[in-house]
Amino acid sequence: MNEIIESVKNLSIGFNSQKGKQISILRNVSTNIKKGETVGIVGESGSGKSTLALAMMGYIKQGLFPLKGECLFKSEDLLKMSSRQLEKIRGRKIAMIPQNAGQALTPNLKIGYQIDEALRLHTDLNKTERDKKISELLNKVRLPSPETMAFRYPHELSGGQQQRVAVAMALAGKPDLLLLDEPTTGLDVTTQAHVLELLRFIAKDTGTSMIYVSHDLGAIAQVSDRIVVMYAGEIVLEGPARKILKEPIHPYTYGLLKSIPKLSLAGLPASMPGSQPQPGSINEGCSFYDRCNLATDHCKKNSPDLEHIKELDTNVRCFNHKELINQNNNLQTSITKKSNNSEAIEVLKLKDVSISYAKQKFFDQLLNKISDQNPTVKDINIDIKKGETIALVGESGSGKSTILKSIAGLLKTKDGQIKFENDRLLSSDLKMRNPNDLRAIQLIFQNPDESLNPNHTVEQILSQPLKLYFNLSGEELKKNIIDLLKKVRLGEFYMSRYPRQLSGGEKQRVAVARAFAAKPDIILCDEVTSALDVSVQAAVLNILQQLKEDLGTTYVFVSHDLAVVRAISDRVAVLYQGRLCEIGPSQNVYKFPSHPYTEVLLGAVLEPDPDIKPKLVAEDIVEEKPPEKGCSFQGRCPRKIGDICNLEVPPWQIGENGNAIRCHINIDELASLQQ
Amino acid sequence: MLLLILKRIGLGLITLFIVSLITFVGVEVLPGDACTTYLEREAYGAALDACIKRLGLDVPAYERYLDWASNVMRGDFGYSLSGEMPINEVLGPRVKNSLVLASVSILIGIPLAIVLGIITALWRDKLPDIMISTITIFSMTIPEFISATLLILIVAIWLGWLPGIVIIPSDATFYELLSNIILPVVAISMIMTAHMARMVRSSVIQVMASDYVQMAILKGVPYWKMVFRHVLPNALLPAINVVALTIAWLLGGVVVTEVVFNYPGLGRLVIESISNRDLPVVQALAIILASIYVGINLIADLMTLMLNPRLKSLQIRK
Ligand SMILES: Nc1ncnc2c1ncn2[C@@H]1O[C@H](COP(=O)(O)OP(=O)(O)OP(=O)(O)O)[C@@H](O)[C@H]1O
Ligand code: SF4
Ligand code: SF4
Ligand SMILES: [Mg+2]
Repeated sequence: MNEIIESVKNLSIGFNSQKGKQISILRNVSTNIKKGETVGIVGESGSGKSTLALAMMGYIKQGLFPLKGECLFKSEDLLKMSSRQLEKIRGRKIAMIPQNAGQALTPNLKIGYQIDEALRLHTDLNKTERDKKISELLNKVRLPSPETMAFRYPHELSGGQQQRVAVAMALAGKPDLLLLDEPTTGLDVTTQAHVLELLRFIAKDTGTSMIYVSHDLGAIAQVSDRIVVMYAGEIVLEGPARKILKEPIHPYTYGLLKSIPKLSLAGLPASMPGSQPQPGSINEGCSFYDRCNLATDHCKKNSPDLEHIKELDTNVRCFNHKELINQNNNLQTSITKKSNNSEAIEVLKLKDVSISYAKQKFFDQLLNKISDQNPTVKDINIDIKKGETIALVGESGSGKSTILKSIAGLLKTKDGQIKFENDRLLSSDLKMRNPNDLRAIQLIFQNPDESLNPNHTVEQILSQPLKLYFNLSGEELKKNIIDLLKKVRLGEFYMSRYPRQLSGGEKQRVAVARAFAAKPDIILCDEVTSALDVSVQAAVLNILQQLKEDLGTTYVFVSHDLAVVRAISDRVAVLYQGRLCEIGPSQNVYKFPSHPYTEVLLGAVLEPDPDIKPKLVAEDIVEEKPPEKGCSFQGRCPRKIGDICNLEVPPWQIGENGNAIRCHINIDELASLQQ
Repeated sequence: MLLLILKRIGLGLITLFIVSLITFVGVEVLPGDACTTYLEREAYGAALDACIKRLGLDVPAYERYLDWASNVMRGDFGYSLSGEMPINEVLGPRVKNSLVLASVSILIGIPLAIVLGIITALWRDKLPDIMISTITIFSMTIPEFISATLLILIVAIWLGWLPGIVIIPSDATFYELLSNIILPVVAISMIMTAHMARMVRSSVIQVMASDYVQMAILKGVPYWKMVFRHVLPNALLPAINVVALTIAWLLGGVVVTEVVFNYPGLGRLVIESISNRDLPVVQALAIILASIYVGINLIADLMTLMLNPRLKSLQIRK
């Protein structure tokens, strides 16, 4: 167990900037991987985790080069090997499971061929043995009907299945070390939980060492024996998983853990100020100095070394780590409670709304109607109160964004009505809406890179809605822009910046400011924090909550992340395949009795705690279309009671706490089943 | 899949129909008719009458269109005015000549373009790339008539290695043609190859940067194997349509090159018949060129469909 298989020694990797300066993005990294051990490498985007992981395979991305140090695999330096030597090691001794298997499988080759390729390169098996091995491997990663699976092309598989194929391919060469770069990011929660479970099983079954790279402490917590925390290209903390997650003794890790929203707690997580420094802009002193609440003058001038703490078996890079040892007991409790200031008035009503993406047939086009018996979204009834935050949750394809687009008028509804203020009907056609309604409903998108014009400065971006809706100009316009920036906690000097000069969190804050510029009554938020790192996500969530409390805005908040939803929303609506399953006050949705689908979702949430394991109750199959009749969840439901689920749409049942569940099982019976 | 092919063919036929209508109507609305245009000042009396009779201009326009269209479908384009012989006999040798010029250029140019594109992409920013890329960009930017004239000047006049102008009758045999077309082929290939090589280069570079190529490297796939199995099939797929357009362009007659080299192909026929105001031939050429474009693009689309597994299974599932 204690045999070291790969050891990184004082590794620095960098690139030459346009000004000819050498800039390092990995600085003096050393770590050891032992046999049979799973090491989690965690850090924010840009902290250098992928660079480190790839270097451990002797692979340096184009444009980068090693500055010093070595990567010793069984005491041979991978960085000095010829490509011929590396080909012998890659896939056979060290294998890689990529972040996005969908893009990492070659599109024109059948998956059987791609696995066979690895077998031919790394084993001596003959054709029939290899064929047998392929179905064995596909079976091992729990893919359905392995015999026919081999003859499919990558695009014919779902995201989770592609990831499984990538795992099978990596296992083909029986490697000693498996490298996983964000292997579950981008998968649905339930799929992610299943893939992680598979990886854990494989680690145990084969005794392979693993390096698991992720920004998600929840996923890391599920698989790792040891955790390495990276910040700005350095290791800041390293130690046994349980110690790191429960008693982090580095301020960054401490802050990171506190900024993760948790299922068990309502309210917003604390946010860390600032953002990670860019490579090249790191000065003398501790790289975390700007964001650290324990920082002293000493930290500004001197950079701490990685210090080994014997009793904790931990390495830490901080002068003041002792102060944290006492603070750690409040890791769970320091969460800001949020007030619910919703009023009894309803601002937005969705009544029997159905939306279809089906192509209109010629005659229907003439009659301007849509005839689709099985629309993507069906029978949505939600009344939204003023000042309320209502969340729509569900896996990808559940129709969350579709509903938002319809409210915004970007997508026509098939049936039903959308009513705004005093029961006034909103046209489902954007062009027919009056300007004041357009102003009153604003949308914030998932990806600020796509929604902010890269050729406009922040000032131009924010002045557009102010000019359009309020005819502001000159001094007044400027004053308003500064006000808006202040609201999202950005300084005046951001006005002249372009989106590319902003970090992800700053961009999303500009997008929030732009939405608020219209003084809207309702803001539709589409996965607004999914592209952000947790510490930044917490900051954006806090700003959204603060603005709402100050201005009385109503939010419709779409997310796939149940913990984030728990943190921000007052009420939750759970969707499966475009049909509502459950709706109720958020504290009740997270308590039993739940709709069987909510139960599945809740079971799959990964908490950054090695002691809370996900409960996998349903298969992670992907359904392409909602069923024609009966309950929308019939295809995957673990509690299905029989034909009635296939034939009849289940009735709404209202629990005593105001929680509505749509299932054929009696609500009290559900409660006792789920105990 | 079959339905899709039929749909595409149907669309092609509709395109051809529209082209035929446009050319027919275009000729119709011109002041005067084919005879007055052609005979010019001699358009009176017996000559005019005879011409009108011969072309059947005395019947109403729609009847003439139907007549003409049904003849065309049978492969009969009617009579040319200048040569006073069946258009088929005028076209036949020209089509053959253009075909010879085009196929030789294609056989040389396209493989060369693909090889150059791949070399420049794989040795990106290294010496081979810098050299080849400079040459391709250079030959892309010089207009055809200049490069063709320069070729004649250098190879034919200064060096005297090859005849500068093709002085063969339009019904020359294949072998006679071959020895005469070296310079035109070089002139055409220069531009065509350059354009295509650039496209292949950027396509290969894009695929080389993809996640699946990085994955193949990390899987331990040897370099050349990776290039042939993982990179090229995916990189060359988008090239099919460009190749198709180039072939159509070549078959349709490379007007400038043919005129400069005095080559008796379709391109020159276009110029000749326009300047002779030989409207029936112009009409016939329009239809033929349109058919070439439609046909070749159809083939290219079907090939893409067949080779791209993504589209293939999409179609089957539908
Ligand atoms: N080819 C390159 N040239 C210059 N800088 C690069 C290059 N590749 C990466 N970087 C920079 O190196 C830093 C670390 O990148 P790396 O991909 O290792 O981060 P990461 O921690 O894996 O982030 P993520 O979570 O976004 O995947 C980043 O600041 C990135 O901008
Ligand atoms: S060394 Fe100082 S600035 Fe750096 S993390 Fe520790 S306390 Fe904070
Ligand atoms: S109605 Fe049936 S299938 Fe649907 S959730 Fe309830 S038990 Fe499951
Ligand atoms: Mg990464």
